[in-house]
Parts: sequence; C-alpha cells; structure tokens
Amino acid sequence: MSAQDSATDVGAALPKARRDFLPLLLPVALALAALPFIPSSSTWVTLTIAGLAMGMMIFIMASGLTLIFGLMDVLNFGHGAFIAIGAYLATLVLLPLGGWMQADSIWLNLAAVVPAVIVAMAGTAVLGLAFERVVIAPVYGQHLKQILITMGGMIVAEQILYALFGPQQIPLPLPTSLRGSFQIGEAAIEKYRVVCVVAGLVVFLSMLAILNRTRIGLLIRAGVENTEMVEALGYRITRLFVGVFMAGSALAGLGGVMWGLYREQVNAAMGGELLVLVFIVVIIGGLGSVTGCFIGALLVALATNYAGFLVPKLALVTDIALMVAVLLWRPRGLYPVTSR
Amino acid sequence: MSDLLTLSAVETHIGRYHILHGVELAVPEGRTTMLLGRNGAGKTTTLRTIMGLWRASRGEIRLGQKRIEALATPDIARAGIGYVPETMAVFSDLTVRENLVLAAREGAMDQARLDWIFGFFPPLKKFWLSRAGTLSGGQKQMLSFARAFIEERKLLLIDEPTKGLAPAIIGALIDCLKEVKRRGATILLVEQNFRVAQEIGDLVGVMDNGRVVHSGTMAELAADAMLQHRLLGLSLDTHQ
Repeated sequence: MSAQDSATDVGAALPKARRDFLPLLLPVALALAALPFIPSSSTWVTLTIAGLAMGMMIFIMASGLTLIFGLMDVLNFGHGAFIAIGAYLATLVLLPLGGWMQADSIWLNLAAVVPAVIVAMAGTAVLGLAFERVVIAPVYGQHLKQILITMGGMIVAEQILYALFGPQQIPLPLPTSLRGSFQIGEAAIEKYRVVCVVAGLVVFLSMLAILNRTRIGLLIRAGVENTEMVEALGYRITRLFVGVFMAGSALAGLGGVMWGLYREQVNAAMGGELLVLVFIVVIIGGLGSVTGCFIGALLVALATNYAGFLVPKLALVTDIALMVAVLLWRPRGLYPVTSR
Repeated sequence: MSDLLTLSAVETHIGRYHILHGVELAVPEGRTTMLLGRNGAGKTTTLRTIMGLWRASRGEIRLGQKRIEALATPDIARAGIGYVPETMAVFSDLTVRENLVLAAREGAMDQARLDWIFGFFPPLKKFWLSRAGTLSGGQKQMLSFARAFIEERKLLLIDEPTKGLAPAIIGALIDCLKEVKRRGATILLVEQNFRVAQEIGDLVGVMDNGRVVHSGTMAELAADAMLQHRLLGLSLDTHQ
C-alpha cells in the first residue's frame, strides 16, 4: 500500500504557495508617491538615487544583525561598535595612503581603498569572533542579559575609540575618482552614490545566492527556524553561529567604511547613532529576513530623503513613523522568518 | 541478540523539575522496541535525553559500547542515531528537497534510496520543490520520516509518529516502518496508539512517573489484558 492510493489527503494538491510581492513594491510605490510633490523630475531622480545609496549602506550594516538575530536569537546592541571600528580601521589604512587617494589614477585610488576595506572587514570579523566567544556566548537564550551586556560592550568600544583617537571628527576624504557626479539630463548623480547602490546590490544578491544555493545557506535558513533540529541532524550549530556572527560583524565593518566615506569623516559615536536606524530596519523587515531587511532599508532611506526635502522637520521622525505604519499593517514585519 | 542502546539509571532534570528517575532500558539490535506509557510518563524526555537535547543529570547511556550521555547532540546524531521528533520539526521555509539535502549529511542523496522513500510517500516526489510549510500534517510527517531514512542509521528514535493523523496516513507510515524493520533497522518508538504499537513492536518498555516499570515482549503485553490495564490503565481490546 502506498500513501497515494490509500490516503485521502496525503497526495492532495498543496494549497497554492502565497507569493508575497507586496512588500517588494513598497519602495517603488513610495518613490512614485513622492514624485508629484517634488518640483522637478531631476530633483526627484537625485533624491531617489541618494535614498537608494543611503538605503544600501544601511542594508549592509543591518543585514548582519538580522541574520545574527534570526539564527542565534541574540539581541546584539553591540553591532554599532563594529560599524565604528570598521570605519576607524579603514581610516588607519587610508590616512598614510592619502597621496594615492588624491591621485588622479583610479588604480592608485583602488590600491588604497581595497586594502582599507579588507582590513576593516577582516578586523571586525576577528573582533566579532572575540565578542561572540567572550561576551555573547555566556548569555545565549537570556535576552535581558544580552541587551545589557552588548550595550555595555558598545559603550566600552566607543570609549576606547575616544581614548585612542580623541573626540574630534577625523576626515576621511573620498578618493578622487569617486568625487563628482554624472549628469543625466538635468539630474546630477554623485558617483559615490552609484558605487554604494552597486555595492549594496552585490551584497544583497550574494547573500541571497549563499542562502539559497549553498549548503551553508541551507543550514542558516534551517537554523533560523529550528536550531535544535539542525543539531539533531548532526550539524554543529555553534560553529555556524560563530561564522554568521563574524560575517555579520564584517558586514557592519564594511557598512562603517562606506558610511565614513559617504560623510567623509568618522567619529567614535557614529556606531551608536546608526544603531537605532539599523534596528528599525531589522524590525521593519521582519526579524531574520535578509529580503525584508533590504526593503526596510530602502524604505527608511527613501522616506527620510523625501521628507528631508519636503518637510525637513518631519525627517527627524520619518523612520519611527514608518516603522509604526509597517507594524500596524504587519505586526511581525514585512517578511517575518522567526516566530520569536 | 545484543543490545544496541542501553540506558542505566538515567535521570533528567528540566529546570527544577525532576522528570526521569533512573530509567533502565535496553534496545536490542535489529528489533523494534516500543516505549509506552500515560501522558507525562517521561517517554519524550527519554528520547530527548538520548539525543542530548536534554542532558542526563545522572546515569549512563551507551550506543553499542560507546558512552554518549555526555556528547553534544550533533555528535550523538553522527554516532548513527536518526530522530523523528513529536513535532515533526520540518523546516517550513525550505523545500522538500532542501529538507532532505540537509538530512543527507554524508553527501549527495542516494537515488535508489530516494526512490524507495518515494515508493512509500509519493507526495514527497510530487511536491519535491514545494516549501515544506505548505504541506499537510500527514505530508510533513512523511517528510520527517524521509529525513530519518535518507541515510542508513544504526538506530532510529521516533516520537509519536501517528499523533493527530488520519487512519489512511497512519497505514502508510506503518507500511514504511514494517519495511524499515524488515531491512534490519533498530527502532525505539514512542507511541500512544496501542494498535500501531501492537502491529509494529517486537519488544516493549512501559514508563510511569519517569521510570520503566515493565519490560518484555509486545506479544506478551498484547495477550494480557490485566497487565495492560495495570500498566496503561486500559486494554488493547478496548482501545482503537
């Protein structure tokens, strides 16, 4: 006897899988909704590209945090520290290479920026490993302690940066080849913003490819749902935890470098300032979802940019208002993954 | 007939609760041992303790000659134990295929074995690329079984596989278990449905209040209504 010929519902057709495209359309809808209120289309294009670039940077910083929460159930308020440390590590590499940064050759510019990014990501990954083993590991499963101890870690890291580099802003100029803008019609599009959009897309697509096409990705997705069953299948989830934490920290470091170059300065408080934004994006996206995080970051950045242009005072509360609106519509975020 | 799994004086605490009070159990190789008992007797805790999902606070658990009570869950699984939990625990966000790819940890899935599984559970083939979260309860149980069977395991721990399922699906699961048995698998199976237990079980351990209070053959228990009544509070003849 087989199941098919014996059971009534066993071979029954599945309910049609719900493909939820609605959140994907939100950034497009928001951009189109803003269009009539902005005096010229060229201004709209400039604002939209700026919003997309900012959104990509926020996504890069937040994507690691959403994976860490989704897989490890860890509320890491220390994530902001890796953003700041990444920016400072890149600054340490770039300051002595100032000549290459200001050279007209794109190759010399790259010869300075690429090592800076590598050092920032590798450094924050190693620090992430230490942070996970020393600070996080003793408080797995204890959210209150996680909040307290990671917040403490964030403050300690920030104070160490103050002690080492002082309270002043440290300039981090863009390399010459990334300065200036492209002119498309009447719209001026900054080169660096285009680079940010491309980098964000590369990170997003790479993460999707890893999560959906590799065994490690399968384990992460399975672990986000049920860590216990992953272990019962014979996989050491703690190694995966450490790997994801390091990758998340490295992405925060990359985001910090990009943000530092965008603002052309770094300071010790930048991680703490960005952390609130990063958490808002993770919550809007649905805890644990990379795609949700991507859309959330774009929404927050676009809304902030449009509001900043139209009603500057409103820009201060746009991200919070957006989060409230999304959670009223979908209380668990745009693409909830975990049931936590 | 040697014992593949032995539990000696196993105790388990969950938080401040003392759940297992010195479990003694032997699971012979190549046989199916049923673990019966009332709700709350400690059957699921016993399986979870064997898997290391809850840590034994005292006692000894051996798989063959190897002590496993102090091993981490992944190491216990890699020692050769397959686990089908009561909750099925399929990964809803993953497809049927992806669930099985993860279960086949030694590498690529063996096509002949996969075809054998499809023979019992055709819906898994039909919905190969569908997300497991969209499957019905019965289909999820099939997937949970398939995950345990996709590679050869020394021992299978199966927790209440028929719970909440339609009779026709239970029939398919029983057929599959019989075939797995015929191939020489060693199974420790928790089951509330005594008809199923009678049909599949060779041996039986009955638990009460965190202890194994009776061990013997399934045939003896099935034939003794008084014993059933004393141990389980009802008899097979009256229970459907």
